[in-house]
Amino acid sequence: MAYSPHTAEDREHMLARIGVDDVDALFDDIPVELRCGGLDIAEGESEQVLAGRMRRLAARNRGDLASFLGAGVYSHYVPAIVDQLLLRGEFLTAYTPYQPEISQGTLQGVYEYQSLIAELTGLDVVSASHYDGASATTEAALMAIRATRRERVLISAGVHPHYRETMRTYFGGRLSLEEIPIDADGRTDATEIERALDETVAAVVLAQPNFFGALEDPAATFDRAHAHGALAVAVVEPVSLTVLASPGEYGVDIAAGEGQPLGIAPQYGGPYLGLLACRQALVRHVPGRLVGRTTDIDDRPAYVMTMRAREQDIRREKAASNICTNQALCALAATIYLSALGPDGLRDVALIGASRARQVEAALMDAGAERLFPGPYLNEFAVRMPNARSVHAELLERGVLAGLLLADAFPDRPDLHDGMLLCATETTSDDDLDRLRVALQEVGR
Amino acid sequence: MTVPAGLRYTDEHEWVVGNHAGAGIGVTRYAVDQLGDIVFLELPDVGAQLKRGDAFGAVESVKAVSDLYAPLTGEVLEINQAAVDEPASINEDPYAVWLLRLAPSRSDELEALLDADAYRKLIGDA
Repeated sequence: MAYSPHTAEDREHMLARIGVDDVDALFDDIPVELRCGGLDIAEGESEQVLAGRMRRLAARNRGDLASFLGAGVYSHYVPAIVDQLLLRGEFLTAYTPYQPEISQGTLQGVYEYQSLIAELTGLDVVSASHYDGASATTEAALMAIRATRRERVLISAGVHPHYRETMRTYFGGRLSLEEIPIDADGRTDATEIERALDETVAAVVLAQPNFFGALEDPAATFDRAHAHGALAVAVVEPVSLTVLASPGEYGVDIAAGEGQPLGIAPQYGGPYLGLLACRQALVRHVPGRLVGRTTDIDDRPAYVMTMRAREQDIRREKAASNICTNQALCALAATIYLSALGPDGLRDVALIGASRARQVEAALMDAGAERLFPGPYLNEFAVRMPNARSVHAELLERGVLAGLLLADAFPDRPDLHDGMLLCATETTSDDDLDRLRVALQEVGR
Repeated sequence: MTVPAGLRYTDEHEWVVGNHAGAGIGVTRYAVDQLGDIVFLELPDVGAQLKRGDAFGAVESVKAVSDLYAPLTGEVLEINQAAVDEPASINEDPYAVWLLRLAPSRSDELEALLDADAYRKLIGDA
């Protein structure tokens, strides 16, 4: 189906056909006081001028930095095939596949995406995706609330601060969100969970690995949750699932996460990809779209949006969510990325990153930093360094972005104010490591 | 359309059989035809206290979800697990498949239910 914008002539023709004088008349039902008073935006620019403006803006990106920044968004190498295929008009401009008979490509793409995430997470049902990790995690908590008909959620302080904030906004003071602190090992405090758990808790939410890169002991915690009839919700990082146990293996009912590491560039905060997966028993509580496979009138395999009766346009105020869209293009990017790498390639990505991270840690230890939390990590970890803020700034002047300053992420946690969170991926080069070591030496003097 | 004489009806297209000792509730052929193939049934827990008019569950078809409304006030005594397991059986014979049984607590409500003739008129059947 071709997409072309209307011409002035098209508009006149349509208006004449319906017997209306101008487009404004179509909005007559909206009270005057609610109408938009006009927008203060400049006249359009030519393509040449606008392209120049965007190039100058883009040139301000510090692509020259040796970056060790992660904190929920990770730089992986995206094979050229991903962006090339995404540019196909059929994918780039496709709308929601309401008519399956003309949308088999889009629908199959989402079905393959769902299948791949099911394989990675070891769970039965995967939604067609959500905006990002924060909203997917929140949807998971709301699912648990619907399924258990309880109103309290316990969330580890080890879950990404943005995700916790998003959940708090959604809960809006009507539902109870209680934060469980992390202990001296950087893991969710088991005693505190036990203290807070009872028959009013809908879900316990943990991240694995958590925001500080620490590896939790989710099986034990989730056992306790189940013993009280609460659901187990894990926030996971998709690349790590090739090395760590999958949520399906340690008793998780609902898994959520950020799919950005799968073939999507960091992009200054978005668009990203919200992953959501769950056990079969919870399928009717899944928010958003679900694509299923069936057969058509000639018995050929066909793909359709299925279980639509959960959705907003059919169930209205009883719908599983107010959001009915997905991140189709980002989900497709993830699907192409996973297909290009395969399970072995993805595992290599995880293991090379882990090995690089150990070299980063060594460089920091040599420069006088200490691990903030002991214990195993995969590719991200936190250190404590005296005068962390000025060290970070001086390293940046030397072209090295030494991860995230924890003081910025946790302004009301003075115990974390000398902390930095650093990661490595398979894109962390020997050159990056050398620059880190040299810069640390110079700053140390 | 057959409207069985021995049953009572509501304007939400549900049928009721029984008396103050216990009442079985189901959905009518008219409702089922509107919905299409039923794929899922959501019923309350045994012991739930329903008030007449409360939405107590839902019947989901391929294209729509319809709330089920309590025709009577009372406590839920039993739900039909066989109907939950085989929702298509409702399409086959909606008058043979009860969904839940409750203990009606108000006889005036029983009186107020429609008889077969009144229901037939409601759905515009001669």
